[in-house]
Amino acid sequence: MRKIIKKAFIVSDKYDINKKLDIYISNGTIVKIGENIEPNEETEIVDADGFFVMPGFIDMYCKMCEAGYENKHNIVMISQSAAVGGFTTITSLPNSQPVIDNKTVVEYVYSKTREKSNINMLPYGSMTKECLGKEVTEIGEMIDAGIVAISDGGVPVDDNRLLRNILLYSKMFDVPVITFCLDRQLTGRGVINSGYMSTKMGLEGILREAEDVAVSRNIILAKNTGARLHISHVTTRGAVELVRYGKENGVNVTAGTCPHYFTLSEMAVEGYNTFAKVLPPLRTDDDIKAVKEGIKDGTIDVITSGHTPVSIDKKKTEFDNASFGISGLESAFPVCFSEMVDSGTINIKDMVKLMSSNPAKILGLKNKGYIEEGFDADFIVADLNEKYNIDASSFKSKAKYSPFDGKCVKGRVVKTFVKGNCIYEYGVKC
Amino acid sequence: MDFSRKDFISLMDMSEEEILYILETAETMKFVLSQKNKKAPYLQGKSVIILFYEKSTRAKLSYELAAQYLSADIVDITIPKVTDQYETINDMGRTIDQMGGDFIICRHPMSGSAKFLAENVQASVINAGDGINEDPSQSLLDLMTIKNEKGTFKGLKVAIIGDVAHSRVTRSNIWGLIKLGAEVCVVGPPTMIPPKIEKFNVKVFYDIKKGIENADVIMTLRYTSDKNSDSQLITLNEYKSFFRLEENFLEYAKDDVIVMHPGAVNRGIEISSRILEGKRFLLDDQITNGVAVRMALLYLLSMRAGVLK
Repeated sequence: MRKIIKKAFIVSDKYDINKKLDIYISNGTIVKIGENIEPNEETEIVDADGFFVMPGFIDMYCKMCEAGYENKHNIVMISQSAAVGGFTTITSLPNSQPVIDNKTVVEYVYSKTREKSNINMLPYGSMTKECLGKEVTEIGEMIDAGIVAISDGGVPVDDNRLLRNILLYSKMFDVPVITFCLDRQLTGRGVINSGYMSTKMGLEGILREAEDVAVSRNIILAKNTGARLHISHVTTRGAVELVRYGKENGVNVTAGTCPHYFTLSEMAVEGYNTFAKVLPPLRTDDDIKAVKEGIKDGTIDVITSGHTPVSIDKKKTEFDNASFGISGLESAFPVCFSEMVDSGTINIKDMVKLMSSNPAKILGLKNKGYIEEGFDADFIVADLNEKYNIDASSFKSKAKYSPFDGKCVKGRVVKTFVKGNCIYEYGVKC
Repeated sequence: MDFSRKDFISLMDMSEEEILYILETAETMKFVLSQKNKKAPYLQGKSVIILFYEKSTRAKLSYELAAQYLSADIVDITIPKVTDQYETINDMGRTIDQMGGDFIICRHPMSGSAKFLAENVQASVINAGDGINEDPSQSLLDLMTIKNEKGTFKGLKVAIIGDVAHSRVTRSNIWGLIKLGAEVCVVGPPTMIPPKIEKFNVKVFYDIKKGIENADVIMTLRYTSDKNSDSQLITLNEYKSFFRLEENFLEYAKDDVIVMHPGAVNRGIEISSRILEGKRFLLDDQITNGVAVRMALLYLLSMRAGVLK
C-alpha cells in the first residue's frame, strides 16, 4: 500500500512551510519527503494542493468511558470523533469500570481497541487502586502490558506521602506521572470558579488556590524525587507561575491545558449553562491571559482536548446536579487554531508541538509527533483558511453539546490518516 | 405598565420599573388583607402547587394564605430531602403541567433550579428560594417595608449584617436595592462575605459600628451553624460579641433608622432583645407585607395569556 500526498505545505521544523512538497508513504511509514516524487503504477495519489499537512494530534487527556460507562461513550464513537478532530492517537484515562489498575484490564483495553478502533489508543494505568488514593497499583506489570503513563485521571491523590512514594517509584520505569491538581479540601462543594460569577449566581465556588496549592505540592515532590511529573490541567495564573518556577529550577515537570481554559472565562456559565461546567472550572480573563502567556513561552507544553463526555441527561438538569464534562475532541483544533494561531499569539509550528510533538515526547512514543522520513504516517490534511461555525449537533461524539456551539472558527481537518490509511475525509461518510 | 412575565425568578433580571410596579400592586393587595372578609376572586379556578424541597413553615404559610385570599386551589407538596432517587425538578414540573397546574411555587436547595424549572414548564413559576442564590419574594417584602417607611430608595444607606455569602434573600436584596438607587453595605466576618461583592458596588465592613454608620436601614440575618459551610468558622459566642446588633450601636446610624430581620429570630444572637421589643424593629410589618407581595405576584403573573390556556 503506497501513497503520495501531493503538493502539501508541511508543518515541520525540517521543511520549508512555504514549499509545496510530496510525501511518499509505504506500509504505514513516511518513506520520503521531497519535491515532485514520481508515482509508479501502484501508488495512490492524494492531492493536498493548498492544504497543510501536520502530524496527527495526540491527546493526553481524554475519557474513553468504555468499559463500564458505554452510556456516555464507546470506543467506536470516540475514535470517529477523534478522527474528525484530527487526533490520531488518544490516551485513555483509567477511570473506567473496572478501573485500569492492573495488567489484566490493560490487556482487555488493548484487545477491545484493536478490535474496534482505527486510531491509536493508549491506556494510562492508575497509580492507586481504583483511583481511590489509598494504595499503589502494580505499575511495573501494567507498563509491561503497555500503559504509557500513570495517572488517576480526574481524581487527585490527596495523600502527600503516598504521592511522593509513587513519584519516587516511577523513576524505576522512567514513566510520566500525570496528576490532576485540585486540593479537594479547598474545592469543597464548589461547582464554578469562586469569584464574580459564583457571587452573582449564588453557586458554590472553587478557589483558584485549590489548584495552586496542589500544583505547588506536586512540583515540590517532583523536585525532591526527580521524577517525571506532568500536570494535566493548568488553568490559573498561580499554577502557570508555579510551573514556570519549577522549570526554571530544574524540576522535571511538564504541563498541559485545554482549549476552553484559554478561550472561555467563568462568564460562560451565565444563565446556569451546564455545558460550561468543567473541572477544573473556567476561570477569569486574567487567568486566560496567563495561560496564553504560558503557552507562548513554553511553560505549558501540551494542549489536550479535555474530552470528558457525560450523557445529556447529566447536563440538562439543575446546575448543582449536573456532571462536570465537555465534548472536546472535535472543537480542540479549530478553537486552538483560531484563538492562538490565527490571532498571532503562536505560530502553526508551535501549535503542532503543543498538540502532537510534545505529547509524543512526554509519553515516549517513538516515531510519532513529526512529519519526517521514518516516522509513522499518522497525519492530517487541514484547510487553514476555511471559516465556519461550530455545530455541536453534528459532532460524531456521543456528547453532542459544547460551550463553543455556534462559535465562528477557522481551520478544518479535511483528511485524517492513521498508519497511512485515510480514516476520515470531510464531507464523506466513513 | 405591561407586566407580561410568565415567571418570577430573580431580582437580578428585573428592572426598577417592574419592581416598583409589583410593590404598587402589593399595596392594593394589602388593602384586601385589611378587610373584614379577606377574599378576592382573581385566582378563582386556578391551581397553585407549592413544591418545596426544603422544610419551611413561615414562607409556606405566607404563600398558602396569599393564594387562598385570592381564591386559588392549593396543593402542597413537600419533598424534604433530595435523595439519590431524586426525580429532577424538570420531570416533576412536567407532571404538574399535565395535571393542569397554573402556578408552581418552588423552593429548592440548588441554585438556578427555579430558572431551570421555569424554562421547561408551561405553568408560571415563582422562585421561593433556590440554593444560596435568590429569594426574590422575601426581598420584595423587605423592599415594601422600606418603601412604606422611607418613601423612596434613592440615596438610602442599607447595612446588611450576617452571613451574606449564604443568604439568598440578601442576594435578592442587594440586586433590588442597587437597582432602586440605594447604597448597600454588608457587614460580617470575611468568611461570610461572598467573593468580589465589591464589583457589584457593595461596600464591605468587618466592623459593625462602621458598617451601620449613618444607615437608614439595618437588616440583620439569621445565624445558622451549618456544619458544611465556611461560616461555621466563627463560633456562636464570637459572632455574638462582634456582630450582635446592640441598642447603643443604633446611635451610629441615622436617628430614624429601621431594623429588619428575615424571620425566625435567634433571640439574643443576631439582635439584642431590647431592639426586638422596640419601635424600630419592623418584623411584624415585614410578615404582613410578605402576604401582600405574594398576592401581588400571583395576581400579576395570572394576567399573562399563558395561564388562560
